[in-house]
Amino acid sequence: MYQYDEYDQKMVETRVAEFRDQVERRLSGDLTEDQFTPLRLMNGLYLQLHAYMLRVAVPYGTLSAAQMRMLAQIARKYDKGYGHFTTRQNIQYNWIQLKDAPDILADLATVEMHAIQTSGNCIRNISSDQFAGVAKDEVCDPRPYAELLRQWSSFHPEFSYLPRKFKFAVIASAEDRAAMRLHDIGIEMVRNDADELGAKFFAGGGMGRTPMIGPCVREFVPADALISYSEAILRVYNRYGRRDNKYKARIKILVHELGIEEFRRQVEAEFAHMHPLDLDPPRAELTRIQAFFAPPAYEPLPDGFDDSDPDFKLWADANLHPHKVPGYAAATISLKPVGGIPGDASAEQMDLIADLAARYSMDEVRVTHAQNLVLPNVRQADLYALWQELDAAGLAPANLDLASDIIACPGLDYCSLANARSIPIAQKLAQRLAPVERDLGELKIKISGCINACGHHHAGHIGILGVDRKGVENYQLLLGGSGAEDVSLAKITGPGFDENGIVDAVETVTNLYRKRREDGERFVDTYRRLGMDPFKEALYG
Amino acid sequence: MADWPRYRDDAAVNEPAVTLEAFLAQPEAVAVRIEPGADVRELVPHLARLKLVEIGFPTYRDGRGYSAARILREEGYQGELRAEGDVLLDQLAYMRRCGFDSFAPAATIDAGKAVAAIGRWPYHYQKAADGLKAGAAPPIWALRHG
Repeated sequence: MYQYDEYDQKMVETRVAEFRDQVERRLSGDLTEDQFTPLRLMNGLYLQLHAYMLRVAVPYGTLSAAQMRMLAQIARKYDKGYGHFTTRQNIQYNWIQLKDAPDILADLATVEMHAIQTSGNCIRNISSDQFAGVAKDEVCDPRPYAELLRQWSSFHPEFSYLPRKFKFAVIASAEDRAAMRLHDIGIEMVRNDADELGAKFFAGGGMGRTPMIGPCVREFVPADALISYSEAILRVYNRYGRRDNKYKARIKILVHELGIEEFRRQVEAEFAHMHPLDLDPPRAELTRIQAFFAPPAYEPLPDGFDDSDPDFKLWADANLHPHKVPGYAAATISLKPVGGIPGDASAEQMDLIADLAARYSMDEVRVTHAQNLVLPNVRQADLYALWQELDAAGLAPANLDLASDIIACPGLDYCSLANARSIPIAQKLAQRLAPVERDLGELKIKISGCINACGHHHAGHIGILGVDRKGVENYQLLLGGSGAEDVSLAKITGPGFDENGIVDAVETVTNLYRKRREDGERFVDTYRRLGMDPFKEALYG
Repeated sequence: MADWPRYRDDAAVNEPAVTLEAFLAQPEAVAVRIEPGADVRELVPHLARLKLVEIGFPTYRDGRGYSAARILREEGYQGELRAEGDVLLDQLAYMRRCGFDSFAPAATIDAGKAVAAIGRWPYHYQKAADGLKAGAAPPIWALRHG
């Protein structure tokens, strides 16, 4: 994986020093809270309901064992002993004190990590496919391109006071495991007819209160123009994105209001102006970065392993992903135990996962947008031993992409924006559906505690949106969304439900699916075939 | 303005900066003020007579002025480029990189602190207006590859 050189290290250390100075000026009163807010946000620090929350960047979701150990240490030293992995492959700590934040950033810098631009109206952490580099179906490893974008977007002088936040996702396979088209810019690395690598650019996707699927801006941008094309899109957005209303300020509104043809025309005009300015790093820089992502020394091994232990087989059937190298597998560590908090990991669990990564996965861990972790490079022969250690630590739920593998935002338990709690709904739903989840098959349930949609409810096969109805938490049910390559936006079924009613309602629609499904259909396939009406009928009679 | 950092050798322009509309209508005008939302590319045919472009920041949160400044430099504007208004210490370094070479903050900033803030970053990852000039500090990728 990528390793900092003296320049990268110096930039992160400079940022720590700058932020330490800014915190001191805030604490002494030199900076007003209004002046300080965007500065702390650009260092990942939010003011939440009970304390500050610090969001640490995990660039394209890749971590080393040493980095994971540091995340555990921070959880112990500065938080209450746990952290929360997010839908953008980052980790959040919910109980941080402002005075500690510079020290935490300094600790992170010792393992080549940071919280730069994990919040604020700037270019956020670049997300990617959790199986990047090991997936059988990728045309290339997308992470070098994500790293190129990470460096370009860090401390960007023109694009740090954008109308609103800006999120990139970069993938390199037809199967979309990163909700790419629900990002402000989605990039799919592709090969053209001449077998050259390039980037298919999508723009204007997003969730929030106005969900949109990003349309394609250009089918093929040569890899050597990745940065200048991104600059062109960002400049059009910075100049013309709406600033009169924060709820209409994302690029998706600009793309929608202009229409994709006019938006594309403006981007292409800006690109024609910017591309000749030599803004793109030379090919040698990409090559330098790619060297860090060269495949590790895989052994020649046969495919196949003993799965005679039925409990292990359940886990192996659910949580393994095919690896491009025979004899290896990518193993998902589910952070979704029934009754737990989706995405949470204790310091002890993080330490163990770091240890397992070192012993079984060539020192690598990945974070997924579904709030799970992945050991990407496990010898199949080691899977049983790995599973035993995970199981002993409560880290072996065999539920990847099943009903209890729920995405949920922190909700009203932590978040100052939330209208309703998300975590208890996730817990109750998991308890209700876990006994039948294998029969239900792939079912992606996603819960947000407010319309900002951090829990991706628009992209859930089943989505749940918490709202405030006259002071009482109320939950709307949505069906038919997807954040994958079959991307679609979920639709609301009708009137909402109370906390227990929503759990019953989800069971009602899954029961209807079990009655009406045809061979091989997932829940979302049956919904798409039948349409909303029979589900409404079952829910509201 | 005397002790305020100005990154130019020539004398400060004291002509009043007129609105974009007035500037375009007055062939003798040499100083113009750009509000957020105005298209600075309208100035491109008139760069030769321009001595001062003052870009207004009614609030520091409005980042349109950064693009306006960088576009002017990309188009070859060599005159004074002044950031005026809600210009704060922590935004100076980025403004400088986008091509601003003078500053008129609404609230006083200590000149020594301003110089330190502008000089804080030893490197940068990307080209901006500073990458247009020969002899300017190259971005990190250029340092890596000579």
